[in-house]
Amino acid sequence: MRPPLQRLRNILDFALASLSRRKGRNLSLLGVYTLVVFILASLIFFVQALKGEARALLAQAPDMVVQRMVAGRHDPIDLGRAQAIEEMRGVSGVRPRLWGYYYDPIYGGNLTVMAVEDAELPNDALWVGQGVARNLRVKQGDMITLRAYDGLPMLFTVQKVLSDASELISADLVLMSQSNVRALFAMREGTATDLAVDVGNARELPTIAAKIVERFPDARPILKSEILRTYEAVFDWRGGLMVVVLASAILSFVIFAWDKATGLSAEERREIGILKSIGWESGDILLLKTWEGAVVSLTAFLAGTLLAYVHVFFFSASLFDHALRGWSILFPRYRLAPSVDAYQLVILFVLTVLPYTVATLVPSWRAAMVDPDTAMRS
Amino acid sequence: MIQHPGILALLLASALVGLLLAGAAALGLRILQGWDLRSGSEKQLALERRTYLVSSLVATALGVQMLSLFLFIFTADDLQGQFVGAMCAAGSLAVHAFGYPTLLLKLATSLLAGLWLVLHRTDLQGYDYPLIRAKYGLLLLLAPLALVEAWLQFRYFSGLKADVMTSCCGALFGQGRQGIAAGLAGLPPRVAQPLFWSLLGALTLMGCAWLRWRRGAWLFSLLSLGYFIAALVSLVSFFGLYIYALPTHHCPFCLLHREHGFVGYVLYGALLGGVVAGMGVGAVAPFQNRASLNQALPRMQARWVIASLGLAWLFALIVGLWAWLSPLKL
Repeated sequence: MRPPLQRLRNILDFALASLSRRKGRNLSLLGVYTLVVFILASLIFFVQALKGEARALLAQAPDMVVQRMVAGRHDPIDLGRAQAIEEMRGVSGVRPRLWGYYYDPIYGGNLTVMAVEDAELPNDALWVGQGVARNLRVKQGDMITLRAYDGLPMLFTVQKVLSDASELISADLVLMSQSNVRALFAMREGTATDLAVDVGNARELPTIAAKIVERFPDARPILKSEILRTYEAVFDWRGGLMVVVLASAILSFVIFAWDKATGLSAEERREIGILKSIGWESGDILLLKTWEGAVVSLTAFLAGTLLAYVHVFFFSASLFDHALRGWSILFPRYRLAPSVDAYQLVILFVLTVLPYTVATLVPSWRAAMVDPDTAMRS
Repeated sequence: MIQHPGILALLLASALVGLLLAGAAALGLRILQGWDLRSGSEKQLALERRTYLVSSLVATALGVQMLSLFLFIFTADDLQGQFVGAMCAAGSLAVHAFGYPTLLLKLATSLLAGLWLVLHRTDLQGYDYPLIRAKYGLLLLLAPLALVEAWLQFRYFSGLKADVMTSCCGALFGQGRQGIAAGLAGLPPRVAQPLFWSLLGALTLMGCAWLRWRRGAWLFSLLSLGYFIAALVSLVSFFGLYIYALPTHHCPFCLLHREHGFVGYVLYGALLGGVVAGMGVGAVAPFQNRASLNQALPRMQARWVIASLGLAWLFALIVGLWAWLSPLKL
């Protein structure tokens, strides 16, 4: 091995030995450090995974949805408009959608009720998502009562519980026939909740949206890309907000680290004094301190990241989930798809290891400048 | 401002770099004022001890600075989804007048930081702190630049506003901002291509001449800086097109993506490393007659010349081969 490398290795060896000589102190530092990394890493991984889920979910969504707004309030849209929009150049298809939110007073949550045209679904039956089945405690073949807009109960048989593969989208979903949706929400014939518009060339979307608004001033076109952008912004904002909240935790950790690094014990001072008197230079002591810091940082970083990985992707981030996911009552049950990339690790590194390193720079230098003579005499 | 963890990390990094460099510059100023190597006074001893602190402050700051350069590009890339019309970092940086100046200043401070490390390394070779004035002089330039950069970066991020859905109308607010990154085409290839290859040739000749006669270090450094700029311009102007195999995609950032095999890291790494080594050769040239350095310095300079040439050729070989093998013919 080349001599400079050998020197680095020897100092690293010494640093490890010196860390293990002060086990109690270093383990407490390592514990707190790991905890800080763990919390921040869980947060960053979780936000990233949620963004990934939203992206995967919306991949299936229509390119554009057109709603009707009456002075800021959403209103059913005339089916005649579907025809008019379909005739516009560039539009490849328009599907009217019939759906609404139904508040269930029994367990206090909203269900998304949607119409499907499926020959297998009889008029007095419905299909429910896993979340609905869990919360209403129903299974295939059971009966459900929903109260229509006029207060009269409507009785349905649960014909099918939707598969759990689609749970993130279908948790709160109830599917029924068109006529039942109209009866439940008092929707007139010839209207729909909104129109799903498919466009052949995605680059024409803004132009087509502009045409629709020009033709129907009360229409509100919403692009898939806008929904996606809004989701990303919301998740980023929530993640960033949590980081700001956690800043106080990072700050107190930095103060803790500073304090630990500044308080040299008499034994440590003597040790540095002896090292210097047997020929170590100040630069070597500084390197020794750097190695000690690097070992602690890397161990804490690795341990914290691994724990966070397990927390987020095996236990679905059970510690923060409610703060970050949303405020619905009916939560889907899901396992997030693991997605960790170098970018998130670098962010995490900057947010945790960097403050620690900066906080220990001056104390390390102070330690390295100890005068051998006074250190050994004290 | 967008509350993005990456943005918060960058703001923290810049604040810390600014703090470290400002602290180091203040110490450096005091060292410059009171430095007298012949004196054995307590003050001089204290100053000599402080040089250790300054170097560890600056070395940390510079490491963070390099990291934050890539983190900045990454974050701009990650934010592209939130602006209508932005396809990659090029779009997010153009959203706001402070985007590109921040990037350029980050690049400049990273280069100067690398140069500082070269000076520092040379300084350590001599027993009598031969480069102390040059080193701390550069530091006094570097610290304000880092502070300005932190400020610009803050202005850039605080001015960002995501194009999120509004409750009155969707879809239409993007209309006025079509083709956000259209201006990034750079020089036409028939100018950039000869410029790039002739600079590479000149750099190689000059490097060999220096190795043979030990003269012209300044010229080598200038050529090295020129090659760096020409390489960046050529990357935007035509090499990138071959790599993407798209005649219209003039983007220096998509090279960092997975679909191009992360080739951008190798290319930018080679360019940055090459220009720092190349500029270092000239920067230390005025000190080659110092008694404490005349043994070590020529050896180190020779190593840097070889490194700089090797990295320049590595870049040229990668992009040249890619262009040659690319299905795209311009």
